This record gives sequence, structure tokens and C-alpha cells, in this order.
Amino acid sequence: MTPVSPGADSDADAARAAAARAQAAAFLRARERWRPAEALPWVLAVGFFFVMPDYAVLGTTIFVMALFALSLDLVLGYAGVVTLGHTAFFGVGAYAAGMLSAHLGWNEPLSGLAFGAACAALAGLVSGWVLLRYHGLAFLMLTLATAILLQELANTLEDWTGGFDGLTGVTIDPILGVFENDLWGHHYYWYSLTVLFLCFLLFRRLVHSPFGRSLTGVRENTRRMHAIGAPVHRRLVVAYTISAAMAGLAGALFAQQNQFVTLDVLSFARSGTVLIVLILGGTGRLYGALVGAVVYVTLEDELAKLSPEFWEFGVGLVLVLTVLFFRGGLLGAPEVVAARLRRTRRTDHRHHGQERRSS
Amino acid sequence: MTAAVTILFDGLAYAVLLFIVSVGLSITMGLMGFVNLAHGAFAMVGGYATVTLMNGLGVPFLPALGIAFLVAGGISVPIERLVYRPLYDKDELDQVLLTIGLVFMATAVITFAYGPAPPVISVPSFLTGQVDLGFRTVPAYRLFTIVFGIVLIAALWLGLERTLVGAKIRAAVDNRRMAQSVGIDVNRLFALTFALGSGLAGVGGGLAIEIVGISPVFAIQYLVFFLIVVAAGGLGSVLGAFIAAVVLGLIDTAGKYLWPEGGAFFIFVATIALLLARPDGLFGKQHTR
Repeated sequence: MTPVSPGADSDADAARAAAARAQAAAFLRARERWRPAEALPWVLAVGFFFVMPDYAVLGTTIFVMALFALSLDLVLGYAGVVTLGHTAFFGVGAYAAGMLSAHLGWNEPLSGLAFGAACAALAGLVSGWVLLRYHGLAFLMLTLATAILLQELANTLEDWTGGFDGLTGVTIDPILGVFENDLWGHHYYWYSLTVLFLCFLLFRRLVHSPFGRSLTGVRENTRRMHAIGAPVHRRLVVAYTISAAMAGLAGALFAQQNQFVTLDVLSFARSGTVLIVLILGGTGRLYGALVGAVVYVTLEDELAKLSPEFWEFGVGLVLVLTVLFFRGGLLGAPEVVAARLRRTRRTDHRHHGQERRSS
Repeated sequence: MTAAVTILFDGLAYAVLLFIVSVGLSITMGLMGFVNLAHGAFAMVGGYATVTLMNGLGVPFLPALGIAFLVAGGISVPIERLVYRPLYDKDELDQVLLTIGLVFMATAVITFAYGPAPPVISVPSFLTGQVDLGFRTVPAYRLFTIVFGIVLIAALWLGLERTLVGAKIRAAVDNRRMAQSVGIDVNRLFALTFALGSGLAGVGGGLAIEIVGISPVFAIQYLVFFLIVVAAGGLGSVLGAFIAAVVLGLIDTAGKYLWPEGGAFFIFVATIALLLARPDGLFGKQHTR
């Protein structure tokens, strides 16, 4: 029997803990490593411009929608917070960037974007700090009511927002003093693609960071996160604020591109649309927002002109079918099909990874 | 004074409408905790059924309302069984998305069938014009709606408080698991309540044609108000839904008369304040989480 000094024991513990930490870090780093396929959407986005320059405006619409959906993915897909009022932040960003130019005569676009994002972030911080203490129907109603309240406010404060007629008088200087908002939307294509790409880089870094993993932890099991001592509310507020800033950025881009802001940016329909875009692409999958935006905006452009009723019915039907059968969206669909095939081959009917949300 | 009476009458008629449509939603959400954003679609179905019955088939107004009840309730049965039931145990995001999808489909179908303009019906002569109450004349249709609402509320109250099914519903809203363990078939109870609630919403849709007007976007336009009635009143509480509907109806009507530009503003401020203070609504059961 050799006497073991307590010091040696804790040394061994410390060594094991360090090894575990290193292993965890290596695991997280391996997850974050870029795969070659991830270049594909960006190569396509760049290539699209040269193949079909006439569709640059449509491309810009897609990028703005993708950025908006990406911002929602952080709170909904990664942190599991269901909100019905996400367009509040899009609208705050749009009105902030628009009013900066219309009332203060500040027409520089990049600082306009920053201002829109900052205002939306502030709105996200305040509303998130208060509202994220609530759950279930109360939270849904509070987010919904907050967005509608902002819409009513924008409607009432006509002198500031232009009310029902919309905010006019927005003029935007050329980007970096060189690239103006041309009739064909060529410069704004690159402008919005750059903003989207930078935000995506930040987003990707964020969700793979320990912070991002802790958000996923909150989504999977909030009580356990409380139990291991994670500051759940603070994490959610930070995520909500970042998400709001990103949505505000999308709104500001939208305002600068159109040089016009209407009450529509704060409408419930827009909150619903962004939800649909994200669900269509797949939540919590990094690229879901991009895929959803491309598919939704392109189809809308084609079909809504053809027959609005048919388009609306189709969106509703796709939504119902997605929820009932393809919960992972377009990006998750191959997995669902694969799992179905595997399940029919095996007799064992145990659930696989797809039902990660049910608890 | 005249303005006050007008606001009171219009507000109460509107409140009755909100209550009739929302009460079923309140009970079904209290039973299953199912976030149902498509409830207004059933009101819309009832409303357009009334339009078709009256304008197309020449059915008088009151029987048409009765048939609207059956149509909206009847349509809800297969929808509940096929579409809602798989999602009872799923999280609220799935329920929100599914029901938004249903609203879209309903809106599209109705736009396709009836066009986007609000339909008109001609109500029977005893419901048009004014009725002399002795001290004041009031619009007959508003009076009819209010009386109809009072009768309905009395019937609902009797049904919930004095019948076995009512007792079962109250038990299941109170504690679903306990109700199940004493042998109440909550799924069947829910299907029944869902059909009744949708039928009532259908009647509400029929009544709404002459009060607020219906159109294919009715389900989305008034969704927030139905949800406010349910959330502010408290899930599963008929009394709460009634009080919330009266307060909402009066404030909204008063706001529209007295301060048209910003009237709706107050409702949302009041709703947010109420939910911040009482997340479970006025008469909702306390949730543990």
C-alpha cells in the first residue's frame, strides 16, 4: 500500500481534465473545419451574376431574404426560441436606415447599415431582456404584439415614418463613394452578397463556438442547462440581440436598395414569410436559410405573377407537408428518406436523429 | 351621451363576435395546449357558407347561421383527425407552422372561389333599421347580436357547469393527466370540443358579415384579436375569454371613434402589459414552467 498524497491525486485529475478539454476543443474545431462543398453556394452566387446579369435585382432580394432568415435561424434553429415577431427587427433596421437619410440627410450607405443594425440590436436587447423570461403562448403573443405595436407606432407617427403612405425622400450615396444604385441593380447585387457573406462567416463562427453550443444545449434541454449552471437567460438575450442586429442589417439593406420604406416591413405577413423560408430550407443547419431563400424567392417570382391564389395555396400546402413529413426542410429531406429506407429494411423501429426536437 | 351609447352598443356587439369566435379556441388550447393559429379560418368558412346559402340557395338568415355552424364544425372533424392529431405532442413551432399553412390554404381557396372583395348579404327586415328601446333607438342588428351572444353564453355556461361532458371538459382543462387516469378519453373530448368550437367560430363568421365584414384575409386580419382574447382571458377559461372580449371590444370601438389614428395602439400596449404581469392571462391556470 503506497500512500497517495492528495497533491498527486489532484495533479492526475488536473491532467485528465486538461486532456478532456483538449479533446473537446479538437472536436469543436473539427466540426468547424470548412468542407469543400461549402464553397458551392458562394461560387454559384458569383457565377449567377455573370450568367444572368438581368436578374441582379432578384438576386439582391434573395440575399436580403437569406440574411433575414439567417438571423432568425440563430434564435429559432439554434436556441429553439419560437418568435412570431421577428420582423420587428427587420422593420426597425429599415426605418432607422431610411429615416437617417430622409430626416437627417446622412446618405452614406455603410454607416447607414451600421446604424440600422445598431438600432435593431438595441430593440433586440431591450425586448429580449424582458420577453425571454416568458414561455409558450405568452411569449408567442408578446413577440407578435410587440411587432404589431411597432407597426401601429409607425402608422401613427406619420411625421417621422410617412405612415401609411411610406417613407419617401431616402437617397443613398454611392457605396464607398464609387458604386451607385444603378438601374439594373448590379452594384447592389455585390453589395448585398458581400454583407450576406460577412454575416454568414460571423454566424458560422458563432454557432460552432462554445457559445453556439450552449445555445443548442438550451434548445435541447433548458432545465439541464440550468442544472449545470449555464446562464441561460443571458445567453438567450445575447443571441437575441445578435439576431436582431442581423435582421436590422437585412432591413437596412432592403431600405437602401428600394430607397423607400412602407409599413409592410413590420407586418405579421413578413414574420410569417421569414419563418416559412427558414423552415423550407431547414432550421439549425447553417445553409437552410440560404437554400430556403433561393427556393422561396425564385418560386414566388415565377408563380405569384402567374396566379397569386395558386401560389398562396402552394405555400400553405408545402408548409403543412413539411411539418408533417419533412421536419428538416429541404436540406433535411435526404436524411428523412434515408432513415425511412433504413427503417423499412430493419425490423427495429427505434427513432433516429431526425426527431431531435421532441423531448 | 349619444356617442357613449353608440360606442357601448357597437363595442358590445363586436365583443360578442370576438367571444363567439374565440371561446372554442380558448377551450381547445386549454385542453391540449395546441397553438392553433388557424381558428379564424373556420370562422371564415362559416361566414362564406352563410353567404353561399343566402345568396345562392335563398336560405333565410337564421337557418343559414345554423347550417354555417354545421358546415364549419363538420369540416373541422377530418382536419382535426388527420392534420392536428399527429402534432399534439410536438412542440409549438410545428403547431404554429402547420396552422399558418392551413390559414394560407383557406385564404387561397376562398379567394379563388369568391374573389377578394368582401361579400354582401341582405339580412331580414326585422334585423335592419333601428329598434326603439323606450329611452333610445339602437341598431337592430347590433341588438340582435348582443342578445344572441347572451343566450349563447348562458347556454355555454349551463353546458359546461351542469352537464357531464362539461364537467369532463373542465376536469381535462384543469389537469389532463389526472383526467386521463380516471378514465376520461381526452382525445375524444378534444375532437368534440374542437368541432363545437369550430362550429361556433363559423356562426361568428356568419354574424361578422354585417358587423366587421369578412374577406379572404379575415383569418389573418383578426387572428391577433382572437389570440388576445384567448391569451388575456386565460387558456380554457370561458369567463376569462368573455371578460377579455368585452374589454377588447369596448376599447377598440372607443379608440376607433375617439382617436382613429392611434386607437389600436392602446390595445397592444394593454395586452403586452397584461401578459407581462400575468403570462397565464386573467383566469388561466398557473403553469409550472
